[in-house]
Amino acid sequence: MTSGTPLVPTPSMPLFGSFALIFALVLSAYCLFAGMVSLRWQAVGIPSDRLAETARRAGIATWVGVAAAAFALVWAALNNDFSVAYILHHSNRDLPIPYKFAALWSGQEGSLLFWALLLSTYGLVLRLRHKVDVKLTAYASTILAAIQLFFLLLLNFAATPFSLVTAAIPPDGNGLNPLLQYPEMVIHPPMLYLGYVGFSVPFAFALGALIMKYPGEKWIHITRRWTMVTWCFLTCGVFLGAHWAYSVLGWGGYWGWDPVENASIFPWLTGTAFLHSVMMQEKRGMLKTWNVWLIFCTFMLSILGTFLTRSGVVSSVHAFAQSSIGDWFLWFLACIFVVCLFFYIRNRDHLRSEHRLESLLSRESSFLFQNLVLLAACFAVLWGTLFPILSEWIQGRKETVGPPFFNRVNIPIALFLLLLTAVGPLLAWRRTSWASLKRNFTIPLIVALTTAALLVALGVRPWNDIAQLYSLMAISLAALVTATVASEFIRGGRVIARHTGQNLLTSMVTLTRRNTRRYGGYIVHFGVVVIVVGLSGAAFNQQKEQEMGFGDKMQIGPYTLVCDSYTQEDNPNYSIEYAVLNVYKNGKPLFQMFPAKKFFKASQQPDTIVANHSTPKEDLYVIYAGKNFDTDRPIIKAFINPLVMWIWAGVWILIFGTVVAMVPPMTAAAVPQAQRVRPITVPLPPQTEPVEAGD
Amino acid sequence: MTGFRKVSSTVIVVALAVALLGASSDTARFDELGHHRIICVCGCNQMLLECNHVGCTYSDKMRQELSAAVQNEPNDDAILQSFVREYGTTVLAAPSARGFDRVAWIMPFAVFFAATFGAAIVIRKWKERQPTPATSASSAVFDPYREQARRETEL
Repeated sequence: MTSGTPLVPTPSMPLFGSFALIFALVLSAYCLFAGMVSLRWQAVGIPSDRLAETARRAGIATWVGVAAAAFALVWAALNNDFSVAYILHHSNRDLPIPYKFAALWSGQEGSLLFWALLLSTYGLVLRLRHKVDVKLTAYASTILAAIQLFFLLLLNFAATPFSLVTAAIPPDGNGLNPLLQYPEMVIHPPMLYLGYVGFSVPFAFALGALIMKYPGEKWIHITRRWTMVTWCFLTCGVFLGAHWAYSVLGWGGYWGWDPVENASIFPWLTGTAFLHSVMMQEKRGMLKTWNVWLIFCTFMLSILGTFLTRSGVVSSVHAFAQSSIGDWFLWFLACIFVVCLFFYIRNRDHLRSEHRLESLLSRESSFLFQNLVLLAACFAVLWGTLFPILSEWIQGRKETVGPPFFNRVNIPIALFLLLLTAVGPLLAWRRTSWASLKRNFTIPLIVALTTAALLVALGVRPWNDIAQLYSLMAISLAALVTATVASEFIRGGRVIARHTGQNLLTSMVTLTRRNTRRYGGYIVHFGVVVIVVGLSGAAFNQQKEQEMGFGDKMQIGPYTLVCDSYTQEDNPNYSIEYAVLNVYKNGKPLFQMFPAKKFFKASQQPDTIVANHSTPKEDLYVIYAGKNFDTDRPIIKAFINPLVMWIWAGVWILIFGTVVAMVPPMTAAAVPQAQRVRPITVPLPPQTEPVEAGD
Repeated sequence: MTGFRKVSSTVIVVALAVALLGASSDTARFDELGHHRIICVCGCNQMLLECNHVGCTYSDKMRQELSAAVQNEPNDDAILQSFVREYGTTVLAAPSARGFDRVAWIMPFAVFFAATFGAAIVIRKWKERQPTPATSASSAVFDPYREQARRETEL
């Protein structure tokens, strides 16, 4: 299939898609109700294995229905079937094939279908792996079916992706939003959705464990990797969005505190808190209520974010048009909250902590404070996002809560969090003596203070500008965290080196492989540090705007930009106008840059193509901002954005650390078959199912 | 003590003087207001000097107004008020520190400090409780605790 292929009429495909959605709706309803009945029968001693199995299989078959509907929509996009209103509004004949595929999540209805597809895929994996814990999985499967049912009701009755065009079918579509025609936009929304939807699984397991009063921390062991994978997807989604904003929107920044951007970090912040606090439940049997509510809140915040961005209650450049589906999400959110609260009140005795915190100076306390700080950050972002609505209710006028508010409120909180990230690993479980803290903390503290002094010597003036003060504090704290992480690796590595005779580096690798979770976590912390250093560079941004005709010069920082020429190109999808700029440094020619302006023909919309020369020290970021209407001369905007590359590098380190943390530790994975202990046959109580290695 | 007060007052005065050096230049005021205080009202939610929408019908006009206001009006608050009169309160990038708007600034920090101090108090209270007396028990009774200790102290 190539651009410009004649229309292949496929009138049966929308029909097939609609039927597939109804089929999936019926199956998910069956999965929910049969699942609920079988669990109830099981609770009162009535055999229900066969009914439970039919519910599980209906859940699996739901995936087939949703996948078929998604396939039908993609097929319609690839075949230019403009009889489908959704395809008419989000595609056109000359749209490149990857973007036609991306049309699936480019609009309201398609993105909801994509959400349902991901949810059913997660459900499929969960139901296929049901032997991990048959009973708990049955509860989780039933809860997932309820969530799936909501989305399928929405797709069948409120936001139908296969609505047909009632008037004459136009020969070509309106095209995809130009801002979305960028390679990252093909992977950014799926990543974000994988993150949002993924939290449904730990939520379902947590609620299931609460309903059935499941003993122990098995649900946490089962969902640990689910949560980490989900968190990693969400992190990638958030940063891909930031990178897309930086590369496409052309305003020189990567994060604008837009409500849609904010919505993506609500669940990220609470999910991060959950990943840390579950360790306290696993190790010390503490914070059980806290953990359950954290994962409940994480899931509810995913839904709240969706409500905020789709209901139109907050204005955003990213948001879909205001529609009635916002009410659906609000009611769904209310139902989730009521169900969670009901089962919590009913079964809260089951969540009693086995231990209590014994000292302010302990690993547990640091986790607790870190959790509180993450939640405070989440609250601050949520509060700022919702304040315009609150102000309108109370004062009768809308307020803007923009970047200055979020930066001023969140930066001090983030700095405190960074301090806790540094201190936490140095504290022992239960309690730590001051002497031990002093011993472990001296060198990292010296490293941090030296870094601060070095920065001042290099020209950072914290007394001149609050942004520079924050930057100095952030980089010094980043050095502190790096030093504590390094000291943890070195200390553990030395112990292994002493026992095995390996060199220190090999010992540190062995150390990491022996406790992948802990040391993978430290690598994640290091990734965060690198990101923080990158963010700190924003305090030293420079920008300049100038009209530039042929041969005109612009000086920004050490760079001189000289306008060489302007050139135009044309293709069926868009026309493009480039500026050709020669860049010099200290009179020496360095490279050429080509900032451009695209004009998409189908949608009749312009788009900016940023020219960015990125180095670890700084980005030279240039945009062609259009022409001055009075003089008809092109306007060039240039930015020097220090350390931005560190942000993207930090994300790669963070992903690497997460992968390391998910790898099974060496001791568990490397035991040869012959050395394994033979299983002991123990009579199981009735209705207990065999358990596989927890993941 | 008097000497200490004198030294600290001098340090504060010098620091403030250094911090405010050059703060009143027109370019600095234009940048401060355009980058940190005033938002473009075209609906993009971007700061005035960062709005880059092609064909934006507001930002060019607003920039020109800001540039003129900075040259004619020495008081930044008066400039902000004139923008509020013309474009409404949504032109300000953040809530003001007056009336109900003050709640916007107070709440996040209030929640943060309440949560932090609340947690600290709870931990202290738990800490003050007397530990349970040691009891003699057979070795098997301690096995779960040994396992727990192993988990908690593993490398």
